[in-house]
Amino acid sequence: MFSNLPLLSLVIWTPIVGGMLVLATGSRNGVEAKVLALLVSLATLALSIPLYTQFDVSLASMQFEELLPWISSFHINYHVGVDGISMPLILLTTFMTVIVIIAGWEVITYKVAQYMAAFLILEGLMIGTFAAMDAMLFYVFWEALLIPMFVIIGIWGGPNRVYATIKFFLYTFLGSVFMLVSLLYMYMHAVDVNGVGTFNIQDLHKLPLDLTPQIFIFLSFLLAFAVKVPMWPVHTWLPDAHVEAPTGGSVILAAIMLKLGGYGFLRFSLPITPDASMTLDWLVILLSLIAIVYIGFVALVQADMKKLIAYSSISHMGFVTLGFFLLWKITENTGSASGVVLGLEGGIVQMISHGFISGAMFLSVGVLYDRMHSRMIKDYGGVVNTMPAFATFAVFFAMANAGLPGTSGFVGEFMVIMAAFKANFWYAFLAAITLILGAAYTLWMIKRVVFGPIANEQVENLEDMNGREFFMMLVLAIAVLIVGLYPAPLLEVMHATVDNLVAHISIPKISQ
Amino acid sequence: MLTLTHYLILSAIVFSISLAGVFINRKNIIILLMCVELMLLAVNTNFIAFSYYLNDTAGQVFVFFILTVAAAEAAIGLAILVVLFRNKRTINVEDLDTLKG
Amino acid sequence: MFENYTDSQVYLAIVLAPLIGSIIAGVFNAYISRAVAHTVTIAGVGLSFILALYVFKYFAFDGAEIYNETVYTWLASDGIRFEIGFLVDNLTSMMLVVVSFVSLMVHLYTIGYMTDDPGYKRFFSYISLFTFSMYMLVMSNNFLQLFFGWEAVGLVSYLLIGFYYKKESAIFANMKAFLVNRVGDFGFILGIAGVLMVFNTLDYADVFAAASSHADMTIELIPGEQWSMMTVICILLFIGAMGKSAQVPLHVWLPDSMEGPTPISALIHAATMVTAGIFMVTRMSPLFELSETALTFILVIGATTALFMGFLGIIQNDIKRVVAYSTLSQLGYMTVALGASAYSAAVFHLMTHAFFKALLFLAAGSVIIGMHHIQDIRQMGGLKKYMPITYWTSLLGTLALIGFPGLSGFYSKDSIIEAVHASTIPGSTYAYYAVLAGVFITALYSLRLFFLVFHGEERMDHHTKEHLKESPWVVTVPLVLLAIPSVIIGGLTISSVLYGDYFHNVVFVQHAHDVLGHLKEEFHGPFAMILHGMTQAPFFLMAAGIATAWYLYMKNTELPGKIKSSFRLIYDILDNKYGFDAFNDKVIAGGTRGLGNILSKFGDIMIIDGFVVNGSAKSVAWFSSVIRHVQTGYLYHYAFVMILGLIGLLALVVY
Repeated sequence: MFSNLPLLSLVIWTPIVGGMLVLATGSRNGVEAKVLALLVSLATLALSIPLYTQFDVSLASMQFEELLPWISSFHINYHVGVDGISMPLILLTTFMTVIVIIAGWEVITYKVAQYMAAFLILEGLMIGTFAAMDAMLFYVFWEALLIPMFVIIGIWGGPNRVYATIKFFLYTFLGSVFMLVSLLYMYMHAVDVNGVGTFNIQDLHKLPLDLTPQIFIFLSFLLAFAVKVPMWPVHTWLPDAHVEAPTGGSVILAAIMLKLGGYGFLRFSLPITPDASMTLDWLVILLSLIAIVYIGFVALVQADMKKLIAYSSISHMGFVTLGFFLLWKITENTGSASGVVLGLEGGIVQMISHGFISGAMFLSVGVLYDRMHSRMIKDYGGVVNTMPAFATFAVFFAMANAGLPGTSGFVGEFMVIMAAFKANFWYAFLAAITLILGAAYTLWMIKRVVFGPIANEQVENLEDMNGREFFMMLVLAIAVLIVGLYPAPLLEVMHATVDNLVAHISIPKISQ
Repeated sequence: MLTLTHYLILSAIVFSISLAGVFINRKNIIILLMCVELMLLAVNTNFIAFSYYLNDTAGQVFVFFILTVAAAEAAIGLAILVVLFRNKRTINVEDLDTLKG
Repeated sequence: MFENYTDSQVYLAIVLAPLIGSIIAGVFNAYISRAVAHTVTIAGVGLSFILALYVFKYFAFDGAEIYNETVYTWLASDGIRFEIGFLVDNLTSMMLVVVSFVSLMVHLYTIGYMTDDPGYKRFFSYISLFTFSMYMLVMSNNFLQLFFGWEAVGLVSYLLIGFYYKKESAIFANMKAFLVNRVGDFGFILGIAGVLMVFNTLDYADVFAAASSHADMTIELIPGEQWSMMTVICILLFIGAMGKSAQVPLHVWLPDSMEGPTPISALIHAATMVTAGIFMVTRMSPLFELSETALTFILVIGATTALFMGFLGIIQNDIKRVVAYSTLSQLGYMTVALGASAYSAAVFHLMTHAFFKALLFLAAGSVIIGMHHIQDIRQMGGLKKYMPITYWTSLLGTLALIGFPGLSGFYSKDSIIEAVHASTIPGSTYAYYAVLAGVFITALYSLRLFFLVFHGEERMDHHTKEHLKESPWVVTVPLVLLAIPSVIIGGLTISSVLYGDYFHNVVFVQHAHDVLGHLKEEFHGPFAMILHGMTQAPFFLMAAGIATAWYLYMKNTELPGKIKSSFRLIYDILDNKYGFDAFNDKVIAGGTRGLGNILSKFGDIMIIDGFVVNGSAKSVAWFSSVIRHVQTGYLYHYAFVMILGLIGLLALVVY
């Protein structure tokens, strides 16, 4: 029935148009805005479900493709499509946006319509980024989504929000301008080959490039994506942004925006510059391992819960980049390609799982913050005595964050560690340290915040979660459990795409 | 016999005087405004001279346009000046340095 | 097995019954009564116990085929299928019976022990969940599920140890337990990764079948040094076992974990969690047999644990901690047996120990109930006449523990000592003397505890004494039920388990290591073993231990104090538990925090944020502060510059 609908475009533009409508309500108390925003986000979620149910897992090519000319004089097209890598991420986006809209329901009292609209527009832009198959379209979405995020942190953020927003904006912007230069270079270069320039990503994949330009392109992409992931040492914007952002902003930032970086590596760096990736894979692996271990230590000593979770995010995202770039070391060490796919898919699963878990962790902090207006660990203690339901969820998500088997946090870490051992024992050794460190920083925080005797009067007067908060937590907990106990369906959609990607990467582009 | 060159030299002298007036004058902003007007007059002189020697009336038509615009400009300029004086209590050019970095 | 049900349905029922009970008691906590909570959980565990008995009969007596089936595919990637599945064989069926029986006893006992506790329902939910996790661990047919059970057990122990979440010491102990276990798991997951690298599968059957053909593989951990891959894998896996089975130096969590309620000590520290490591190494015998280095490592670690943890038991005054240290020491014995390739002996001791140690813990709990939650044995004494059932069952448990001839502990422990004696693996001599000395120590601290608690003068205060009485039947019945196997199970089963072919298709031993094969030739039935045992060193050492304990704590009660003051240094070392805790606290935990602080302050805040990020912002600001002087704010300056520019450009055009 719906087969001839431009489904993907609907998923992209429904929230954007819906966001505009929410703005147009202009309501003062925001009830209309909230209801409308919720409906729009639910509609988007509903629209995105056919992307999964009608997805053909046996195909490696783009599905739900749409192609319209946009700026024809530069051969820029409105070209969107999804494959096994982007589809789960789009679903994650539509899912988390609903959660975030619900999370802001009672908490946001200032400029409600604008808040809701910002999230809806952000959602559409993020989906657009994941779906874009034209490099210029990708770039436009990629940069455009900075604006709503900038607004979210800048208007509804904490006391030091100006510093945080500017840092966030400049950091990410600095990364992406170099990407633009690379895209233009490739556009110019593609002229010589095809007769017409192109920004089509799939054509760029096939673009032959010599090693030197590849290395420059790779480095410029690395800068753009490393800032987003974020990788050490360009990570310091994240803790600041998280600390200042409102709860919903933190959730979206951690759950989805960080994934854009990881996605970029798969969509651009690896297939466009395979030889440079091979030459410089040690660099990414090194930075990933530093992120995992170094950041783990840093997370341990944080006094601010949001900062701690932000650092833990960086550490977990290290697994993503590690998994993506194990490829050549595995082949070099074992002489076979077995384990390559494991690492790549492990990285993707880790992205999805981290979306749920970090989102849930930030929501937990939000629940506490709404009551006590403090994010400092030392202001808490013995929360379990007054908020038993909350404590149950907090411990559950903490365990998921520590990578306990049966929760989604384990799946990606497990796969990446398995693959890392094949590449080099010490990679796996360093990566596995997170088993100890991750448990240490998470559980130590839980011990100080949740357990123990009631620390002070404010804690004594805390009220347990209301139905709305309980619902959000429950939905996320179920998601974490499902992915943890039965990840096979999630993996299934990405097999064909990842196999195809690996096959593509393993053919060198340089003419010998 | 007056040739085109004489007119051009005159207009160049007038233009230079006005130009010098713009950046040597540090006292009075009205003089600045007058210098700008003078610059336009120098240009007008050029127009008329060329129009006469080339037998092309288009130049004289332009002069009328320029004169009209200049009049309007002077009116607006003076108005701004009045407002400025009201706010700052001075029209001394040296004191008007809000653009200073 | 049953007519109307397939085998897989039965196994699923065993696993799921306690899980469902746990979910009902846990999730619907607020909506059900206490009676419902304990009824559903006990029904769940009871059902799984009955089924486990059937399964045991099915394997032990009917000689069933090994069951090895997949339940579902967890995930498939890269051509490797990671599955959830069950492997049931003689070893599994025995473990199932032990686990379900002890768990059932603990469930029953909890009704009496926790009766006044506000977290009653929560507790039942936890212990049922724990039982489920342990089933998943012992029934797994692959490394992934083993790790799942392994961590799930760790999680529930975290919840149980921290059960009294208001108590600062309890929530410290549970975090410590989890983290120390995580250190073990760190090694364990690397070991699993190694297995995957070598065999490209995590399925037991496939791995074991291919094990010997990969024996010569090497790995270069340090450039230029080739290490045997099997040794690396086995040691890594054993590090996991060291965490769970509390071997030195990862033993530190176990004594502290006595912060939890007593029933869990019986469950976690006697029958289930701590035996996971022993079980795992036994299961992996085809791998461990390939690496003599790993076996030596295991032997030395086990012997050290067996002896040195025993010493600590002598000076403890908390009734539960004495039993806890004895557990550590006994786990050391099992590990020694593993190192000596006497896997059957290790599992045999695991089984007998599960019964008598659960008994001792529960008896200690019974004493604690009687004493109104006083745990210090210096305030006890003469409880014999107040608590007769507890007294007699404790006596049987204690005798079984010290290896009194005829009781089950005797068979298992003597077999281990003999096996180590016969072993030729490097390190076995050290291990032999360590376990031999351990016999004396075990007898000494066990009887010390026994005499101080049940005999001698009554040192409790008047108020406590007035209320002293035997515990209710829900507490004493499990004691009696546990006392029975503590006495007889060893003699009943030794012929088949240890010297028969019970483990013939489970445990794989290389011919050169087959110490039990040697012992078998000298084994002529349990009675002959008793007679033979009476003439051997362990028996005399045990008797000496009893006599020493009797002399020190019954006869000449002044002497222990004098010994304590004259050997102050030794006492202090023991009192500080060899400094492990202090070391971990100061060096490991403190060092980690210190490093974190340094990286955070200098790395992130100073260098990256301060120097690079804000530094570049500042340099821009500095540059502008210099360049801004060009901007005078005077229009005529700007006009002048414009004219200059114009002239310059004109000049460029003209020339």
